[in-house]
Amino acid sequence: MSRHTLSVLVENKPGVLTRVAGLFARRSFNIHSLAVGPTEHEEISRITVVVDVDELPLEQVTKQLNKLINVIKIVELEDASSVQRELLLVKVKADTAQRTSVLEVVQLFRAHVVDVVPDTVVVEATGSPGKLDALLTALEPFGIREIVQSGTVAIGRGSRSITDRALERVSRSA
Amino acid sequence: MVQGPHPAPPRTPAPPVPQASPAAVAHARGDRERVPAAPTTVEKVTGAQSIVRSLEEQGVEAVFGIPGGAILPLYDPLMDSAKVRHILVRHEQGGGHAAAGYAAATGKVGVCMATSGPGATNLVTPIADAHMDSVPLVAITGQVVASLIGTDGFQEADIVGITLPVTKHNYLVTDADDIPRVIAEAFHIAASGRPGPVLVDISKSAMQAQTTFSWPQEVSLPGYHPVTKPHAKQIREAARLLATSRRPVLYVGGGVIRAGAAAELRALVDASGAPAVTTLMARGALPDTHPQHLGMPGMHGTVAAVAALQKADLVVALGARFDDRVTGQLASFAPNATVVHADIDPAEIGKNKAVDVPIVGDLREVLTDLLPELAREHGQHGKPDLEAWWKQLDAWRETFPLGYDEPSDGHLAPQHVIQRIGELSGPEAIYAAGVGQHQMWAAQFIKYQRPNSWLNSGGLGTMGYSVPAAMGAKVGQPDRTVWAIDGDGCFQMTNQELATCTINDIPIKVAVINNSSLGMVRQWQTLFYESRYSNTDLHTGHGTVRVPDFVKLADAYGCVGLRCESKADVDATIKRALEIDDRPVVVDFTVSRDAMVWPMVAAGVSNDDIQYARGISPAWDRED
Repeated sequence: MSRHTLSVLVENKPGVLTRVAGLFARRSFNIHSLAVGPTEHEEISRITVVVDVDELPLEQVTKQLNKLINVIKIVELEDASSVQRELLLVKVKADTAQRTSVLEVVQLFRAHVVDVVPDTVVVEATGSPGKLDALLTALEPFGIREIVQSGTVAIGRGSRSITDRALERVSRSA
Repeated sequence: MVQGPHPAPPRTPAPPVPQASPAAVAHARGDRERVPAAPTTVEKVTGAQSIVRSLEEQGVEAVFGIPGGAILPLYDPLMDSAKVRHILVRHEQGGGHAAAGYAAATGKVGVCMATSGPGATNLVTPIADAHMDSVPLVAITGQVVASLIGTDGFQEADIVGITLPVTKHNYLVTDADDIPRVIAEAFHIAASGRPGPVLVDISKSAMQAQTTFSWPQEVSLPGYHPVTKPHAKQIREAARLLATSRRPVLYVGGGVIRAGAAAELRALVDASGAPAVTTLMARGALPDTHPQHLGMPGMHGTVAAVAALQKADLVVALGARFDDRVTGQLASFAPNATVVHADIDPAEIGKNKAVDVPIVGDLREVLTDLLPELAREHGQHGKPDLEAWWKQLDAWRETFPLGYDEPSDGHLAPQHVIQRIGELSGPEAIYAAGVGQHQMWAAQFIKYQRPNSWLNSGGLGTMGYSVPAAMGAKVGQPDRTVWAIDGDGCFQMTNQELATCTINDIPIKVAVINNSSLGMVRQWQTLFYESRYSNTDLHTGHGTVRVPDFVKLADAYGCVGLRCESKADVDATIKRALEIDDRPVVVDFTVSRDAMVWPMVAAGVSNDDIQYARGISPAWDRED
C-alpha cells in the first residue's frame, strides 16, 4: 500500500462531501485524511483526500469518483510536484520551569504560541505531515494535553492551475 | 490525472443539452444533438403543478405509484393530467419494479412515485435493482415539509441518504423553483451514458409553494459528460485482434441491449465469423437461432459457452462486466485470452479482469466504428481461419446440449413447461422472470430472438421482480403477450400487483413454476448441505396443504386461475392462457421439486470445473 493525495474538484452543493466520503467507505478504502474548502470560484469546492491504497484499487476508486455527477475533476498530486500542508494545534504543559524549553522547540519548528496560561501553552504549527510528526515528538517529553490536526491540503507547484479548465466548463455550462 | 491505463476520456466540455419537449427526450441516450429551443413560456403554477408539467413535457406516459401524506399535493394536479397515466399499485416495491419493467421493455425511462418515509423506503429494493442492471428509472418521492426535515417528523426518512449508494444520482428539492430543472436533469442522467436510477425527493412545502414553470430546461452538469465516441486507435487494435485471433469469442452483455445495438452486434457477429455468448442480461441481444450463438455463459451457462471463454485466445467483451456469476473463480477465467473490453462506463473496464484493449464508448458507436475497421483488416489479410475452433465448438455443442431428465416422481418437468410457454407464445412475446431456478430455466429454454423480450433481475437477484415487471412491460407494450415466469416463492412476494393488473386492465399472464419450495436454495441444500432442507418448504404444491392455493388466489384477484399437473395438459393450458386477453391469467404449474438447474459451476470454483449434470464434467483433455 502506498499513500496518495487526491485533489477532487466538486460542485459546491449540499451533500457532496457525503457522496465522496460514502464512496470511499462503500468500496472499502480507508481515508487517511480529508480536508474540504472553497476555491477561487464560488461554485467549486475542493476536497483533498489522502488514502492508503495500491495502484490498481486507486484507479478503480478514481473512476468511481469520476462517476459521481457532482465531481468535476480529480487530480493526483505527487509529493515531489506539490506542496502539502497540515495545520496542528497542540496544548502542551509549560509551567514556568519548562516554558523556555518549550518555546525553544516552538521556535525551532517555526511554530507559534497562540494561547498561554500559567501551566500550558497552545502551539500552532503548519507543515508537511513529517514536520508536524517531528514537532510532536519534540514536544512529547513536556507533556501533551490535547492535539487537534487538520487534514492535508495540497497544491501543485508551478503556474498551472488545476481549476482553470474546470472553471471554464462551469462557466460555459452556467 | 489518475485515469488508469485506458485513455483519459476527452475532457472537452459537452455543449449543454437542451431538453427537447415531448417524448424524444425519453429515448435520448446521451445524444448530443441540439434541438432547436422552442419559445419558452412561463406559467404561474404550484410546485406540484410544476412537477406534473415537467413530467408531461418530458413525455412521460405512465407512472406507477401510491399517494400518501407528503406527496398528496402532487396527486391533485396529477388527476387532471391528460398525458400522464398514473397507475395505482398496491405496494411501492411493485411500483418500482413496474417502472423498471416498463423501461426494460420499451427502452424509455420508467417512472415511479411514493410518499415520504415508508413509501420511499419501500422503493429502495427496486431502485437498487435498477442500479445493478443499469435500468433508466426516475423515482419521485414526497418529503416532509422543509421546516420539519431533520426533526424526525412523522413519516420522515432521509431517502436521499438511504439511496446514495444505489442511485446514479439523487436530489432533495426544497425550493419549488428548482423543480423543472431537477426533473429535466434527472431524466437526462437516468437515460444517458450508462443508464440508471435517479431519485428526486421533493418536500411537501415545495409542492405547495407558488412558482413559475418554463420549458425546455437547459441541463448543465459540469461533472457529467459520458464518453460515447470510442477512441479510433483502440477500435483499430480491437479489429486487428479480431481479424487475427484463432479462437475468438464475443462476450455480449446487457449493455448491448441498453445501447440499442442489437443490429450492429448482429453485423459484427456475421462479419467476424466468431462465436458469441449472451449473458443473463443480454439474452435476446443476438437471436438464439443464430448459428454462431453458443448460448449463455456463466454459472448455469451452456458447456459450449463456458468452455469457449475458457479456451479462447481472444475475448471481446461488449457491455458486459465480468460478473462473478459469469467468470466463476476470477483467476482461472479465460486464462489464455487477450481481452478487449468495450463499455460506456470507464469504471467497469479493468474492475474485475485486466484488460488489454480498453474501449470507452456507447456500444452502438463502438460497433459501428468497429465494422469498417474489421472489413479493412479482412481486406488486407483475409478472413481468419476459424475452422478448427468451430470444429471444437460444434463438438461441445453436440456433446453437451442443454437438456433435462424427466422427473422420476411423475410430476411435471419445469423445463418442459417453460420451453413450451416460449414455443407457443413465440419471440414477439415478453418474458419477465423472478429469481431462482425458474429464472435460469427461462433463460435457458426460451428462445429469444429480439432485444427487450427478456426481463429479469440479474445483478441484485430480486425475488418478486417478475409480476410487477411484467405489469410495467405490458403497460409499455400493450399489444404484446407478456408472461411473468415466476416461482412459488417469488410469486408470494409481490403478487398483490395482480389487483393492480385486474383493476387497470393490464392482462399479463403468470406462470407459477410451483415446486412447493424455494427451489434454488433447495438445490444448493441438495448439493452442498447434504440434502438438509432447512426452511425451503413452502407447502404450495401437490400433496400439500396448498397455502395459498394459487388458483383461488387468482380468483380472489379477479384473474383467471388455471392449474396444470400433467404433461398431457401443458400445451392445452398454455393455449388457454394465451386465448384470455380480457384479464390477467395465473397458471399454477405444479412441477417436480427435485428438478435441478444444469449445467452448473459451483460458486467460487473455476469454470473449468463446470458440471454438465450432477457429477458429470466434460473431459477437456479429449478436446484436441
